Amino acid sequence: MDATSPALPSVAPKRGRNLHRFANPGRFLRLSGRVLPWLAICGAVFTLAGLAWGLFVAPPDWQQGDAVRIMYVHVPAAWLASMGYAALAVCAVISIVWRHPLADLAALEIGPVGAAFTALCLATGSLWGKPMWGAWWVWDARLTSVLVLFFLYLGQIALIRAFDNPERGYRAAAILALVGAVNLPIIKFSVDWWNTLHQPDTIHLFGRTTMSASMLDPLLVSALGFTLVFAALVLARLRSAVMERRIRSLLSARARQAEVSA
Amino acid sequence: MTNLAYIAASYGLAAIAVLGLAGDAWRRHRLARRRLAVLEATSGRRRRG
Repeated sequence: MDATSPALPSVAPKRGRNLHRFANPGRFLRLSGRVLPWLAICGAVFTLAGLAWGLFVAPPDWQQGDAVRIMYVHVPAAWLASMGYAALAVCAVISIVWRHPLADLAALEIGPVGAAFTALCLATGSLWGKPMWGAWWVWDARLTSVLVLFFLYLGQIALIRAFDNPERGYRAAAILALVGAVNLPIIKFSVDWWNTLHQPDTIHLFGRTTMSASMLDPLLVSALGFTLVFAALVLARLRSAVMERRIRSLLSARARQAEVSA
Repeated sequence: MTNLAYIAASYGLAAIAVLGLAGDAWRRHRLARRRLAVLEATSGRRRRG
């Protein structure tokens, strides 16, 4: 994306045209500048409320005792690790199909945040596993598939920055994101397909949730907070990337002007 | 509270990760905004965003 680029072609498909409205850096910065403070404030408030509720108010588990409180950090981190990679795959589709420049920049900025949340998920899972299973790590299907997700994030982060021509990096990373998305259903259903030490899912979108409301409510508040924080982090990084691109564009325009006048 | 060390470590790691990411994003955002404002002011173009 470039502030100096000409108007977007009017032949783009309707959905593509709607998406391309945000390819204008000025418009994107204006809109995101309004949304970002609200995302950050709401994210901080919900996260702190959910964590405090889970830490001090929610009851201990009858089997796991207080160690269950690690869930209020671990589960949102796990959800966001998968959701972040799903977002990368969506960006990849938008980039490949509609060649939307913001999708490439979004993929560039989602990667490190998603990798950090995946690392947090693995670390807190390990801290939960030690007192419950007696081991920091087991080569269980769920744990292993999340570790593979972490490596996919690292690969995407490295690949997208590996080329001198950024367009080639964006394209290669988009393909990796799409191929790697096959790991997401494996993570989700690993506890059903294989006999795992990791407990099966207790929260179901369409089925009966097998968790007490006294634990579910703080978990959902915490998950909402972490999701808003994740979105705020990505949006702030994306705004920075758009501004940095514009800075590079202005500097190169100046250099060209200086060359012409010299 | 049982297993307090594991719980504290989990919450501490979450705080370090989120605050680290937020601090980095904030510094980068502030720097980019300042540099862009200076460049646009000196190049005499209308500031966007």
